[in-house]
Amino acid sequence: MNQDDLANIAVQTKQNDSRYDHVIKVCVAAGCLSANSEQVKTQLESEVKQRGLEGCCKVKGVGCMGLCAAGPLVANEGNEKMFQSVTPADAAAIIDDVVDHKPAPSAIVMDSNLDFFKRQKKIVLENSGEIDPERIEDYIAADGYEALFHVITMLNPAEVIEQITKSGLRGRGGAGFPTGLKWITVAKASGNRKYVICNADEGDPGAFMDRSVLESDPHRVLEGMAIAGYAVGAEKGFIYCRAEYPLAVKRLRVAIREAENIGLLGLNIGDTHFDFKVEVRLGAGAFVCGEETALIASIEGGRGTPRPRPPFPAQQGLWGDPTLINNVETFANIPPIIRRGGEWFASIGTEKSKGTKVFALAGRVKNTGLIEVPMGVTLREIIFKLGGGIPDGRRFKAVQSGGPSGGCVPEQYLDIPVDYDSLASVGSIMGSGGMIVMDDTSCMVDVARFFMDFCMSESCGKCVPCRVGTTQMHNILDRITKGKAGPKDLELLQRLTGMVKAASLCGLGQTAPNPTLTTLRYFMDEYRAHIEEGRCPAGVCHPAKAEAEVSA
Amino acid sequence: MLPTSKVVSPPSDDKRWKIVDGLMRRHGHEPCALIEVLHKVQETFGFLTEESLSYVAASLRVPYSKVFGVATFYHFFTMKPPGKHTCVVCTGTACYIKGAPTLLNAVQEVAGIKQGETTKDGNLSLLTARCLGSCGLAPAAVFDGQVSGKMTTEKVKERIHMYLDSEAMAMEARK
Ligand SMILES: Cc1cc2nc3c(=O)[nH]c(=O)nc-3n(C[C@H](O)[C@H](O)[C@H](O)COP(=O)(O)O)c2cc1C
Repeated sequence: MNQDDLANIAVQTKQNDSRYDHVIKVCVAAGCLSANSEQVKTQLESEVKQRGLEGCCKVKGVGCMGLCAAGPLVANEGNEKMFQSVTPADAAAIIDDVVDHKPAPSAIVMDSNLDFFKRQKKIVLENSGEIDPERIEDYIAADGYEALFHVITMLNPAEVIEQITKSGLRGRGGAGFPTGLKWITVAKASGNRKYVICNADEGDPGAFMDRSVLESDPHRVLEGMAIAGYAVGAEKGFIYCRAEYPLAVKRLRVAIREAENIGLLGLNIGDTHFDFKVEVRLGAGAFVCGEETALIASIEGGRGTPRPRPPFPAQQGLWGDPTLINNVETFANIPPIIRRGGEWFASIGTEKSKGTKVFALAGRVKNTGLIEVPMGVTLREIIFKLGGGIPDGRRFKAVQSGGPSGGCVPEQYLDIPVDYDSLASVGSIMGSGGMIVMDDTSCMVDVARFFMDFCMSESCGKCVPCRVGTTQMHNILDRITKGKAGPKDLELLQRLTGMVKAASLCGLGQTAPNPTLTTLRYFMDEYRAHIEEGRCPAGVCHPAKAEAEVSA
Repeated sequence: MLPTSKVVSPPSDDKRWKIVDGLMRRHGHEPCALIEVLHKVQETFGFLTEESLSYVAASLRVPYSKVFGVATFYHFFTMKPPGKHTCVVCTGTACYIKGAPTLLNAVQEVAGIKQGETTKDGNLSLLTARCLGSCGLAPAAVFDGQVSGKMTTEKVKERIHMYLDSEAMAMEARK
C-alpha cells in the first residue's frame, strides 16, 4: 500500500458511488438502532429492489446524525431531505419522496434547516452520518488516512508535533491539557518501548460523544493514534473501551482488521519503516478507570486503582514505559489538523480554547442528541437555539457540565462562552462533553445527592479522604433530602468538601465535591428550604413527611 | 522462562471451556490478559464462580487473591447467576433527570425484587446501569440485551408483567 494505492481506492469508491442518482442514508448508530433502524434499512432495501431501482438508488447505513431523540433518522445524500421517527412501514413513502419527489407525510418529515443542524460546525463529526462506519473505503474516499500518509512520508516526528502544538488543541478528556505539550514530553522521554493509549472509557454518566464517534467513524480515531505513534515513537497502541459499548467495540475491531488487511496498520505502513499495531481492551464498569493511572493498571490486568503522579504516564506509564494517553475526541481531531494545518485549527474557537467541542445534549431540553460547536459559543445558544429550549413550557434551572466532576451552572451565567476557562470560573468544568439541562422539576439538593452517590460507589477505596469523605458527604446530603438535617450539617458539609478536594489521591476525589459546591453556591435557598422549612421546592424529596415519621 | 503452554485442566469437561482456553492461548497465557479472560468466562457461562476463577488463576499463573480482587472490583463482573430474563434500568444523569428513579421503583414494585436481585423462580433479574450512553433517548432500559428508549412506567410494567406472566403460564402448563 502506498500513496497511489490509497488515492486509487478513493477514486474508485467515489466513482462507484457516483453511479447512483440517489443515496438514502439510514442511521445505524446505537441510538437509532434501539429504535429499530436496522429493520427500516432492510425495508428500504427491499422496496428499492421491488421497484427495480438497484442501479440508481443506494441504501446505506451511516453513523450518528445527531438528533437521537427523533430517531430513527433517514436522510438523502445532501441532507436536504431528512426523515424522523421512521418505521419500516414508511419505506415506500421515503422512496416516493427522494426518488419521485412525492412529498412524504409531514409526520416523518424533519426540517433540515433546524438551528440544531445549521448552527453546528463539524470537524470531529464531519463523517458521522455520512460514511458507512464498517467500510474503510468510505473513510478513504472522505480523505481518510491521507494525513497518516503525509506524516510518515513527508514529515519528521518533530514537525508533526509542531503542527499539533500550533493548533492549540487541548485534551478533550476533561482537564484540557495542551496536547502538543503532552506529545513532546512522551517523544522526549527515554525508553526503547513506548505506548499510545486511547481513553474510550467515557465514564461520565450522561455523556455519549466518544461512543458516537467510535460507532460512526472509527478509522478517524485509529488514524489519529497512528499519527501519534509516529510522532512520539510508539509502535503499539491500545484502545481502552468500556464494555457497556458493545457496538463501538465491534466497529473498532472491524476497523482495525480492515486497516490491517490493506496495510494501513501493522508492519511497514505505507511501505515505510513505520510499524503500528492497535489492540482493543475492554473496561469492566469502573468509573475510576477513566483516570489515566487507573486505566493503565486495568490494561495491565489489575484492579483499576490510581497511583500518585508524578511520575506521569508520559514518563512511566504502561509497564513502566513512556505512554501517551489521550481521549477519543482528541485523537479524532488529529487527522484534520494534519490535513489542513495547525493554523487553520487555531483560527477556530477562542483565544485559549481552540477548535470545536462535541457535546452530548440531554435532559430537559427539546432536541436531545449530539452536537459539535466552535469553542466560545454561549450556553444560551446551545440550550435555547440548538437545543430548542425547555419542553412543556417549563422554566430552565441549571445546566450540568463535566458530570460527577463538574458543576451546575445557573441561569445568570447562561451567556458565558463555553470554553475551558470560563466554565472553570463559575465552578464547573468543560469535562468530556456531557451537558445535562435541568428545569424546575429537578431538586438541586437531590442532584447533588445523586452525583455524590455516584462518586461514593465509584470511589476505588484506595485513599481515605475519597473513600470515607464521599460517604460522609452523601450521608449528609441524604439526610437533607429526607428532612433530617440541621443547620450544623451544612457547615459540616462545607468543611468536608474542602478536605476531600485537598486531600484525595486522584481526580475522582479531588473533583467529587464540585456538584455539591456549585449547588451550595447557587441554590442555597433550596438547601435552606429543606432544612429550615421541611420543604422541597421542586417537589422531588419529601422532607416534611420524613420528619413527621421521625417524630411519630 | 516460564512455560507458556497450558498447565492445568478445566474444572469440568464442559465444551465451552475450549472457548476460554482459546482466548488464553491467543494471549500467550499472559497475566495481563486477566480482565479479557474474565470477560470471556462471563460471556460464555453467564457469570463467574470460585471454580472458574481458580482455573483462570492457575492458567495465567496469577494468585487467586488477585483474580478474586479483580473480579469483585469491577461492576461488570458478577458471581451471581442471572435470571432467565434481565431488565437493566439506566440510572445515568440524563435518565435520572427524566425519571429513572420512578421507573426503578415501578419495576421493583411489580417484580417484588430490589435492584441486583433475581426473582425466586429465577425468571427475572433486575439490574441498574451507570450509563448506557443512550442519553438522547432517556429514560432508557435494557430488556434481555435490547435497549429501549423513552420508557414510561406503563411500558416497563407491561414488559415485566410479560416476563412474570409467561413464567406463571409455563408453571401452570407443567401442572
Ligand atoms: C475520575 C476520572 C475519570 C476520568 N474519566 C475519563 C474518561 O472517561 N475519558 C477520558 O478521556 N478521560 C477521563 N479522565 C481524564 C484522564 O485521566 C486523562 O486526563 C485523559 O484521558 C487525557 O486525555 P486528553 O489529554 O486527551 O484529555 C478521567 C479522569 C478522572 C480523574
